[in-house]
Amino acid sequence: MTMLTNLSRRTVLKGIAGTTGFVLGARLGSDQLLGLPANAAEGKLEANLFVAVDGDGSVTITCARSEMGQGVRTSLPMIIADEMEADWARCSVVQADAEQKWNDFGQELDTDGSRSVRRDINHLRAAGAGARKMLEMAAAEMWGVPAEECVAQNHRVSHATSGRSADFGELVATAAGLEAPDPATVQVKDRSDWKYIANESAFTPDAYVDLVDMTTGKGMFGADTMLDGMKTAVIARSPVYRGKVESYDDSAAMAITGVRGTVELPMPDLPIAFKQLGGVAVIADNTWAALEGRKALSVQWSESENSALDSSSYDDALRKAAAEPGTTIRERGSYELARDKASAKEFTREYFVPYFIHMPMEPPAAVANYQDGKVEIWAASQHPMAVRDTIAEVLGIEKENVLVHITLLGGGFGRKSKADYAVEAAYLSREVGAPVRLVWTREDEIQNGYYHAASAQSVSAVIDAGRVSGWRHGVAFPSILGLWVPEQKIGFNIEHGLGLIDMPYNSIENIRIENGDANLHTRIGWYRSVNNIQHAFAINSFANELAHEIGRDPVEFQLELIGEPAIIDLTKEKVEDYWNYGDPIEDYPIDTGRLAGVLRKARDVSGYGKPLPKGHGLGLAVHRSFLSYIAQAVRVQVADDGNYSITRVDTVLDCGLGANPERIRAQCEGAAVYGNTIARQGIISYAQGAVEQSNFHDYPVTRIDDAPLNVHLHRIENDHIPSGVGEPMVPPFAPALANAIFDATGKRIRNLPIRPEDITAA
Amino acid sequence: MNLTVNGNPQEFGGDPNMPLLWYVRDVLGLTGSKFACGTGLCGSCTVHVGGEAVRACITPVSAAEGMEVTTIEGLDAEGNHPVQRAWRAHNVPQCGYCQSGQIMQAAALLSQNPDPSDQEILDGMSGNICRCGTYQRIFAAVKTAAKEV
Repeated sequence: MTMLTNLSRRTVLKGIAGTTGFVLGARLGSDQLLGLPANAAEGKLEANLFVAVDGDGSVTITCARSEMGQGVRTSLPMIIADEMEADWARCSVVQADAEQKWNDFGQELDTDGSRSVRRDINHLRAAGAGARKMLEMAAAEMWGVPAEECVAQNHRVSHATSGRSADFGELVATAAGLEAPDPATVQVKDRSDWKYIANESAFTPDAYVDLVDMTTGKGMFGADTMLDGMKTAVIARSPVYRGKVESYDDSAAMAITGVRGTVELPMPDLPIAFKQLGGVAVIADNTWAALEGRKALSVQWSESENSALDSSSYDDALRKAAAEPGTTIRERGSYELARDKASAKEFTREYFVPYFIHMPMEPPAAVANYQDGKVEIWAASQHPMAVRDTIAEVLGIEKENVLVHITLLGGGFGRKSKADYAVEAAYLSREVGAPVRLVWTREDEIQNGYYHAASAQSVSAVIDAGRVSGWRHGVAFPSILGLWVPEQKIGFNIEHGLGLIDMPYNSIENIRIENGDANLHTRIGWYRSVNNIQHAFAINSFANELAHEIGRDPVEFQLELIGEPAIIDLTKEKVEDYWNYGDPIEDYPIDTGRLAGVLRKARDVSGYGKPLPKGHGLGLAVHRSFLSYIAQAVRVQVADDGNYSITRVDTVLDCGLGANPERIRAQCEGAAVYGNTIARQGIISYAQGAVEQSNFHDYPVTRIDDAPLNVHLHRIENDHIPSGVGEPMVPPFAPALANAIFDATGKRIRNLPIRPEDITAA
Repeated sequence: MNLTVNGNPQEFGGDPNMPLLWYVRDVLGLTGSKFACGTGLCGSCTVHVGGEAVRACITPVSAAEGMEVTTIEGLDAEGNHPVQRAWRAHNVPQCGYCQSGQIMQAAALLSQNPDPSDQEILDGMSGNICRCGTYQRIFAAVKTAAKEV
C-alpha cells in the first residue's frame, strides 16, 4: 500500500475560493476542509473522503446526505463528477455510514433544513476539482510534461502539444503514488464550463442512481434489510405521552404461533430528546405474528400528567395566550404609540393551525444487530449521527461501537430526524440476542409521533390615514425545545426565526412580535417547513384581509407593505439571536427586493387581475423561508356546497443557483401536494391525552383525485448562491388557497384545515 | 396450501390468515411490496392475484390459494413493463416507497382498460397514496403507458 502524503486532512484547500469560477459565497475559509488524503489502496485512488477511482476508471462517489425523495443521491455526486470531469455514466454512488470521519471533517450527515446543496456545494466542488488535479498530475508524471498542460475532460486527461491522452483508469496507479496537489493550483471550473451542475438537460432519467431500483421493487428501505436469524418486533406504547407500563399480561400473545417473547422497554428519564418512549415489545418470527401478538397483549398504563391534554380546552388556552401580552421577541418603534393616536384604528384577526403528523409512506423502521457490545444498524434516518449517539447513550456503549448504515428513507419530512425507533431496534436486539427488525405501524406513527405544533396567532394592524402604521403579531404554541427542556413555555430563536420575527413588511414603522406561554403535553418535532406553515398562513391571510378592509388591491397592498428593496437588520429591533437557518446573515440577508420580485412575478404569470368565472378565485401568498423566496398563486373553483378543487398552481421560486433544476421542479410539484394536505386535510386532536386519529381514514392526506395536478414552476434566474428548496415551497400554499377561496366566495377562512363546511358556514 | 408467486410454485404451511403482504415479504423475502397502512387504505402493498390488483396487507394468503400472484419483482422479467418504462420516462419517484404499489395498480388498470379517460385514471389511481406528491407525474406516466400497452 502506498501512503499518500498529499495534504493533511486538516489542510485547507486554498485557492478554490479565489478562482475565476462561479464563487459561492466568500466562505471557503478554514471551515472548508477537504478531507484529503485517504490511503491509496492497491490499484485504487482514494482522492479524498468523497471520491475513489478504480483501475478500470470507474469512479465511486460517496453521498453523505440521506435520500428521502429530494434526489440527493444523484444531485450531490453529480456536483463532484462535474468538477472532476468524470463521465457520470461511469460513476457509482455509495451511501455514507455514520462514521466519525465526517464529523472530524465537518460534513453534516443530518439531512434537514433544506440545506444539503447550499451547505455542501463548495466542498463537493473542491473534492471533485482536487481529484481531477491529481489525475492531471499523474498524466504529467507519466508523460514527463508540465502538469498545467494536462487537461482533464470527459474522463480522460489529454496533453495537447504531444497529442497524448489517457483514460482516468490508466492514471490511477500513478496518481495514487503522488504527493497531493498544491491547493493553490486546484481550481474549480468556471460556471460556463459546468456540464451537470445547474444544467437541467443533464438530469435525464438515466442519470438517477435509484430510479431503476425504485421502479422494480429493488430499493432498500428501512424495513427491507434481511439478516440471518432476524426477529421482527412491534411495540405497544402508551396512548398518552409519558404513561408508564404498570403491568402487562402476555400469556395470550405468547400463545400465538410465531411469537417468541415480550420485552419491556424502559421509559427514559426526561428530557426525552430522541430516546425511546418505552413500552412492551412483542418479538416474533415475522411481522404478522408480531402484530397479532401485540393485539393479544394486555398492558396497564399508568396515569400521566399529560392525560389532561384535551384539544378543545388546549386550543382555547393557546388562543388566549396569543392574544394577550407575551414575551416580546421583536420590536420596532412603538406599536402602542401608533395605536393610541386619535386618527388610528386597530384591526385584529386570529388564526389557528392544528397539530399535524408527518405520514411518510414508510413508517419509522430499522434493523439492528447487537453483538459483543457492538451495534450494527440499518436505519431509514435523516440523522445518522443522532442514531449513533442516541443508541450509544441509551445502551451505555461507546459511539465507536455503533455502526450506522443508511437505507432509502421512504419519506422523511422531519420524522426521521429523530432516532427513537433506531434506539428501540438496537435495545431490543441486545435484549433478544438476535438481529431485530423494528416495525412501526401507521397507527403507531400517528399516535406516538413527534407532532407539528398546534399554534394560535393573533395579528393586529393599526390603520392610520389609509396606511398601516403598526403591526402586532402574537403567537402561542408548544415548543420543539421541550424535547430537551421540558418546562419550556415559549418558542426559541429557531422557531421564532421561521417566518415570524423575520416578518418582511418593512414599510411598517411600528412592529411588535410577542410569544405567549404554552404548556407541553406531547413530543413536538419539526415537520416539513415547520413553523413557517402557520406564520406564512397568518401573515399572508392578514395582509389580504387588511387590503380588503381598506379597499386596496391585495397584491399591490402587500407590495407596499414590503416596501422598497432593502435588507432588514433585525439586530436593530431587539433581536439578538436571529438564526437565519444556521447560515450567515452576510451571505443570506433578509432581502425585501427579492421577496417583492417573486410576488410581482407570481402576479404576472398567474393572470392576476383578469376577471374569473363565477365560483372561481385566485389567491397569492409570498414568504421567505430556508433562505429562499417563494410566491404562489393558487386558482380554485368552489361549488355551491363548498367543495372545491384547485385548478392551477403557479410557484415562483428564487433559490439562487439550483444544482438540479429537474428535482427542483419535482419538489415544486410535491410541495403543492404537501401544502394541499396541510391546507385541506389531516388534523391531529387529543382527548384525555391521547391522539384521536389512527390511520389514513381519519387523518386523510392528499390523493391523486384531490391533488393539484396543474403545478407550474417559475424560477428567478440570478447569480445568488444556493438556498433551500425542499421545504420553502410548502408554506405559501395554504394562505394562497385561503385568499383564493375568499376571492371566489367572499368567505374568509382563518383556521386550517379548510373544509367545505367552513366555506358554506354562515 | 399451494400458490404461484411470480411464476414460481410455492407451498405454504403457516397461518392461512397471514396477509399476503407479510407472506411475500417475510416468508419469500420479496420486499418490493410495501407496508404503509395495514388497512387497505393506501395501496403501497398492491400486488396482482389472478391478474387483479389487490391490497396485499388485507388479503389473507389463503385467498390466493391456487392462484397466480405477481409482485413488482415479477411484473416484468427485465423490469421493463410499459408502466415501468413510463414511470422512468417521467422520472416519477421521489422517495420511491409507494411506487411499487402505484406501478402495480397502474398496470392492472391498463390491462383492464387500455385507454382510460382522465377521470378513469384518477378513479383508478385514487386508492394509492404518495406522500411526496408525485401525482402530476403519475397521471402523465399512466397516459404515456396507455399508449404502449
